[in-house]
Amino acid sequence: MNEPKITIKNLSVSYSDGTESLKDINLTIPVNSITVLFGPAGGGKSTLLRTMNRLNDLADVVQLTGEIWIDDENILDPEIDTIALRRKVGIVFARPVVLPMTIQQNLTYGLELAGNKSRAVLNKAVERSLRAAALWEEVHDRLDDPAISLSGGQQQRLCLARVLALEPEIILLDEPTSGLDPISTGKVEATLEALKSKYTIVLVPHSVQQAARVADYAAFFLAGELIEFAPGRQLFITPKDKRTEDYVEGRFG
Amino acid sequence: MLISQVKSRLSQMDKRQLTEKLGFSGLALAAFITVLPIVLVVVYVFWKGSPALSFEFLTEMPKDGMRAGGIFPAIVGTFWLTLGTAIISVPLGLGAAIYLSEYAPENRWTRTIRIAIINLAGIPSVVYGLFGLGLFVLFLRFGTSILAGSLTLAIMTLPVIISTTEEALRSVPSSFRTVSISLGGTQWQTIRKIVLPQALPGILTGVILGLERAAGETAPILFTVAAFFLPQLPSSIFDASMALPYHLFVISTQVPGMPIEIQYGTAVVLLAFVLTMNIIATIIRSRARARRQW
Repeated sequence: MNEPKITIKNLSVSYSDGTESLKDINLTIPVNSITVLFGPAGGGKSTLLRTMNRLNDLADVVQLTGEIWIDDENILDPEIDTIALRRKVGIVFARPVVLPMTIQQNLTYGLELAGNKSRAVLNKAVERSLRAAALWEEVHDRLDDPAISLSGGQQQRLCLARVLALEPEIILLDEPTSGLDPISTGKVEATLEALKSKYTIVLVPHSVQQAARVADYAAFFLAGELIEFAPGRQLFITPKDKRTEDYVEGRFG
Repeated sequence: MLISQVKSRLSQMDKRQLTEKLGFSGLALAAFITVLPIVLVVVYVFWKGSPALSFEFLTEMPKDGMRAGGIFPAIVGTFWLTLGTAIISVPLGLGAAIYLSEYAPENRWTRTIRIAIINLAGIPSVVYGLFGLGLFVLFLRFGTSILAGSLTLAIMTLPVIISTTEEALRSVPSSFRTVSISLGGTQWQTIRKIVLPQALPGILTGVILGLERAAGETAPILFTVAAFFLPQLPSSIFDASMALPYHLFVISTQVPGMPIEIQYGTAVVLLAFVLTMNIIATIIRSRARARRQW
């Protein structure tokens, strides 16, 4: 197993409407690999993702206990710099949300917020991130077009590129291919495979099949609990827990 | 047997189609009737007032007890009052709306603020006028002045600006905010770079509609700024001023032997002022809709 990048200790999250979303999660996510968090809807996977870069600060989280260590920092500490954290831990959502501006501006948005003004630096970041997201060939001659003019699959890769432009260490993806056709899905998955040597990738897949395809490590979530965590192949071929086995083999969910 | 069934089916269809037609005609008529008075007012006022319109009418002082000459001081007064109202109410209104929409938690306190704003919009304008007289003219000793009038009009306009701005801000998809925050943006950066630019057309429309109402109001300026007649233009914000709506009221009711075309000419100018603002608001809105990327 690779070096740990993210260590989650006794994490519990409940929302203000009383629903408990995560119950006492303990999980170590290794560096330079794809870890998938999968399971039926409502299992707390998205909540876990959004807790890892403190986006849940925006939601009505009432109670949050436990720790999440990224490198040497407990990012649930109220004192931490959430702005810096979110640059380090990027997120891609289920529905591609391109900002209402050009392709180029979408990519430089985060860098400009951080105070980068040099055109040379920004242009370099645009090309680098587009190449990394396998989108450069398709859009390099139309960077000043509105981002909304791209197809759904291109938009999602743009969202990924936008995160990559900030040179994060961790990339969180919340069902990034749920709205995409199989060809676009394949492109995104191939991109993630290519990226994992440099990043720590945490993916909530949109199907068990996708989980099995891309997982180096897999964590099965059910009703807010972590049922099983293992290297990908092992978990899908020889699950230890009956519930994991039932879900993987399509007996429920 | 079969034939009679078919016949009754047919007559049912006819009946339903007839109801449908009658219904549509009724609705179309209702729509037409609402448009009719607006068209009639505009046409009638322009028809009656156009003989008075001339360059001199717009640029000269009134003469002969206002029975001749122009309405320049009233135009200038309304211009300054509208500008003053904008200077006071736009920053305040935008600030309040941004706070309510973007920062304020949803609790009893902010709900109270919202209810207060809605109710402020329902207060009769003459009450604002009395309030302005009490607070600005007398208590704060601004006197009957452009300052007191602008402040009064601004308070009256605030609810309109706040509620339309808040609505414009809320119509910006929350996913944009989430994305901006997730890319390391602060809340203020997100508002400034994403939310405000996207909401701007809606905000401008609201602001213009609010100011346009202020420009046409008589009651709030009655006790706070408006002068019956002044031989010279106001020279500072502490001067009283003539204003179009009040001038129209005066020459229509207080001056015997007033030529009717001057009354309608004044109405035309006021109407044109307000309609122009309205048209600008409409153009901004429709252009923004065409450009919108969500």
